[in-house]
Amino acid sequence: MLKSTLLLTTGLTGLAMAAKADITVMSWGGSYAVSQVEAYHKPFTAETGIGVNSVDADNPATPIKAQVEAGNVTIDVADVEYSDAIRLCDEGLLEELDTSMLPPAPDGTPAEEDFIEGALTDCAVANIVWSTIYAYNTENVEGTPTTMADFFDLETFPGKRGLRKTAKANLEMALIADGVPAEEVYDLLETDEGVDQAFAKLETIKDDVVWWEAGAQPPQLLADGEVVMSTAYNGRIFNAAVAEDQPLEVVWDGQILDFDLFVIPKGAPNLEEAKQFIAFSTDTERLAAQASWISYGPARLSSGPLVGLYSDGETEMAPHMPTAEANLSNALVNDFEFWADRDTDLNERFNAWLAN
Amino acid sequence: MTANSGNDAFVVFDHVQKSYDGETLVVKDLNLQIGKGEFLTMLGPSGSGKTTCLMMLAGFETATHGEILLNGRPINNIPPHQRGIGMVFQSYALFPHMTVEENLAFPLEVRGMSAATREEKVKRALEMVQMGEFGSRRPAQMSGGQQQRIALARALVFEPDLVLMDEPLGALDKQLREHMQYEIKHLHERLGITVVYVTHDQSEALTMSDRVAVFNDGVIKQLATPQDLYERPDNSFVAQFIGENNKLPAKVESREGDIVTVALPSGKACQALAVNCGGTGSDTLLSIRPERVRIGAAEDVNSTEGKVLELIYLGDHIRCRLNVHGNEEFVVKVPNSSDAGQLSVGETTRVTWAPEDARALDML
Amino acid sequence: MANLADARGNGPAPTLTTADGKPLREALAKAERHARNRAFFLVLPLLLFILITFVAPIAQMLHRSVHNPAFSDNMPNLVAWFEENPEGISPDEGGWDALAQDLILARENKTAGLVGTRVNYELSGTRSLFTKGARNARKLEPPYREAILDLDEDWADPALWQVMRGASSAYTFNFYYAAVDKTLDQDGNIVDVDENRKVYVKLFTRTLILSLLITFLTFILAYPIAHLLATLPLRYSNLLMIFVLLPFWTSLLVRTTAWIVLLQSQGVVNDSLVATGIIDDESRIQMIYNQTGTIIAMTHILLPFMVLPLYSVMRPINPSYVRAARSLGATSWTAFRRIYFPQTIPGIGAGALLVFILAVGYYITPALVGGSDGQLISNLIAFHMTNSLNWSMAAALATILLTGILLLYWLYDRLVGIDNLKLG
Repeated sequence: MLKSTLLLTTGLTGLAMAAKADITVMSWGGSYAVSQVEAYHKPFTAETGIGVNSVDADNPATPIKAQVEAGNVTIDVADVEYSDAIRLCDEGLLEELDTSMLPPAPDGTPAEEDFIEGALTDCAVANIVWSTIYAYNTENVEGTPTTMADFFDLETFPGKRGLRKTAKANLEMALIADGVPAEEVYDLLETDEGVDQAFAKLETIKDDVVWWEAGAQPPQLLADGEVVMSTAYNGRIFNAAVAEDQPLEVVWDGQILDFDLFVIPKGAPNLEEAKQFIAFSTDTERLAAQASWISYGPARLSSGPLVGLYSDGETEMAPHMPTAEANLSNALVNDFEFWADRDTDLNERFNAWLAN
Repeated sequence: MTANSGNDAFVVFDHVQKSYDGETLVVKDLNLQIGKGEFLTMLGPSGSGKTTCLMMLAGFETATHGEILLNGRPINNIPPHQRGIGMVFQSYALFPHMTVEENLAFPLEVRGMSAATREEKVKRALEMVQMGEFGSRRPAQMSGGQQQRIALARALVFEPDLVLMDEPLGALDKQLREHMQYEIKHLHERLGITVVYVTHDQSEALTMSDRVAVFNDGVIKQLATPQDLYERPDNSFVAQFIGENNKLPAKVESREGDIVTVALPSGKACQALAVNCGGTGSDTLLSIRPERVRIGAAEDVNSTEGKVLELIYLGDHIRCRLNVHGNEEFVVKVPNSSDAGQLSVGETTRVTWAPEDARALDML
Repeated sequence: MANLADARGNGPAPTLTTADGKPLREALAKAERHARNRAFFLVLPLLLFILITFVAPIAQMLHRSVHNPAFSDNMPNLVAWFEENPEGISPDEGGWDALAQDLILARENKTAGLVGTRVNYELSGTRSLFTKGARNARKLEPPYREAILDLDEDWADPALWQVMRGASSAYTFNFYYAAVDKTLDQDGNIVDVDENRKVYVKLFTRTLILSLLITFLTFILAYPIAHLLATLPLRYSNLLMIFVLLPFWTSLLVRTTAWIVLLQSQGVVNDSLVATGIIDDESRIQMIYNQTGTIIAMTHILLPFMVLPLYSVMRPINPSYVRAARSLGATSWTAFRRIYFPQTIPGIGAGALLVFILAVGYYITPALVGGSDGQLISNLIAFHMTNSLNWSMAAALATILLTGILLLYWLYDRLVGIDNLKLG
């Protein structure tokens, strides 16, 4: 505690004295990055005078190993998925974060208790809860798909499907569509039969799939009519539907919840500023503010009641949150340990399956 | 040569015109007959249309108007490979990826000749140009002169009746060029083939040809044997282009038979042979060959004073530049005989030429 | 020099000396050495540059493909135990002991993730064994066998011990086995991997075939273009050349995206075909996000690399060669086939080699427009570089690719001759 305060104060005095360095934050681009710029970066710069460069990647976890191993780290803060945060931390590629640097909730609840369970790890601080859902273009789909099974039903709902080009989420959704209850999905996926079953289900739509990689792609593919349904990050669809008035509808059945977490790559050039940024951005008020720019749930319990209207001033955010009661009926929480363990293996199998 | 009667003409250009851009004619109404076995040279400055004529004959250009006949057959619509005409290019155009033997065998091969026949003919052709040992060389491994011989052999190996040569010696040095001129001439005589030869080098044309067609600006200015061309040019262009020439502008004063009396700008009069000049009062250009002017000879009709401006010793003769009738470029070749050494620069001497050696021609 | 040669030829002739009396031969050698040194210093920066930016990374890559010390460096007790017990995959008490010590060590050094990841490469699902094991290492008490099996029974899996034995040496060929769809079974035999995990051989083959096809397509397209460029008057050909080079000045991403706009099923091409009634709205052609997309986009992007070498050999070909052939009796086809074409072979060779080598390593375009069946081996190398973070695997794949290219290069040299290559 003393040590960290010391660090913080020396960091702060260092800041006050030296010209304030800009920090680089790598995130996922598109409307999500916009929401972070609005809710975190701008107020942070206004308060501390530290500039923030926003950099995009299809997945910010991927450049970290290369940068750390090469000893040429340019990213100060990265926004990564849970399993990646665990994996990178285990491999010693991330700075460890002391949760004591995080401010308590306004009512005095310490940060460790204010954050949702699992939102704080050795190396990462969660900022949002998001989910992988599927969405459809109401103009190109006849009828109303309501379940995950409908996504795989080419007969009732003909047309191309968009899927992220990775094993994660696709395998879970395939099993849910195949009638596996959400709570049994990961147990089943631990077995070879379960994996076979998931791939067999994916096989049924393989010829009609357009694979996407960047989170900004699905709304575009849906709007262009390139696909009629696509899996997507729920916030992207919300923004396309509400802010851009696209005829897109989210199906919450079988949604897969996950955290996005801030991490600091080992050897980040501006470590103290980066920590300062994370502490600032994940306070109660900032997390709630972020939710007014995109429909991702704040990772602090104390932020929940503060979430109100979308930045257009009229759309109620609550029903669009993945954590809304109505949306959780058949939801699955991403098992980070499963994916930290099996990501490579299942993606290899996924690649093999794709190539065949 | 006697082969210009028309009936037995081997190659005929009949009112041939050629234009590339539809506006200017590079060949204007060309009429030309070439006899079988003749060596005809197309001579002219670059851009005079001579190469275009050759290309039309070879089939690489088509005449815009008129007809070309080969052996009595119109060939305008016959593609080049069916014309059976051998051709030698200035760049030799030996195929760089083939050996000498393969180059020579190529025309035989495309004619479907058997390997044995090919070998036989290639061997003979190589011997003909004294290159028997070079069969397995590549063109790049040979000198320019050697390549030239191979190119010649290749154009002859399939025994064409007509061989076209497009400045074939242009890339060789002077000595080799002269040597090759004789060789080509001898080959022509030995084989009895018809050769159409294009060059801009007048001495080459005079050395080799039976007849020379002097081209300028798309027309043939004169078609004659080398001797006629030099001795009896029809017009000032030919007189100027072939050999050395002194020209004196003048005005026709009177005419008696073939002899005209002309007034020179210096005010003096002079007699000349009326070749290509108008009637009384018209402008003319006198053409006098340097070797036909005598210095210090007895007074005659065309004698005049000339001031020696420059003397150049050239071994067999002395080249003497004088001011004659106001022309400071008047050149006289004084044979290097025992009585020659008397001239000195600055001295004024008498120059004389016979009236028939001064040809009154058109103005340029 | 002539004198020197004479002197040498005549045996013990008087030694030639320079004006100031030094032996000429030595003076000459010194002067030459001086010139050589100076020349060497001139190329030294380039030499260093190549060493640092090219040779060193490739050497490192080769090393990495057979060297992965993540396990051997961090599990010293197990490594020692494996050395003492060269056989067997069912550990004795010493083995369990070593494991327990190493897990404690891993906890202290925070290396459990590294070790787990290394083992996980070869035996999926074992990563969490190590991370969990290290997390609970403090609670471990002898007898360790029971204590560890209490944590997770999977620790007893003989396959796990087989993999750990393999990983206990930093040097391994396992990544190469994996790169050709092979694996080691529990007895250490090389066997095929499961049918539905075979991917690398297939992708190597596909990369080879697609690259050859793309090379051929660029050749077919580039040959007439280059010929046109070479025969047009310079001022027109310069203009046309700009069109050929235009793609070079455009970002690769922009070009690839442009193809997406053109070829997607709601794209320009399909829309035009539907509008003109050639196809109906339901049967729009899938031209992108598959192999066709990869082939079209890569052919376009690599086309200039074929056009330029071809152009550079065609431009200096004197038109009189073809004329000579025609005058010698060859039809225009024969003249092309026998005379023109052979002279362009150095350009074809250079272009084909360039395009092929570029195509084999192409990555962004197939990633964007390749969909599932238009992926190439480089996409998997990228996957291992950035996603799975299995750099040893990426290095093994890259090494195989490099070896393949060198092999083809050697073959090319044998068949065509590398000195026959003309890059422009």
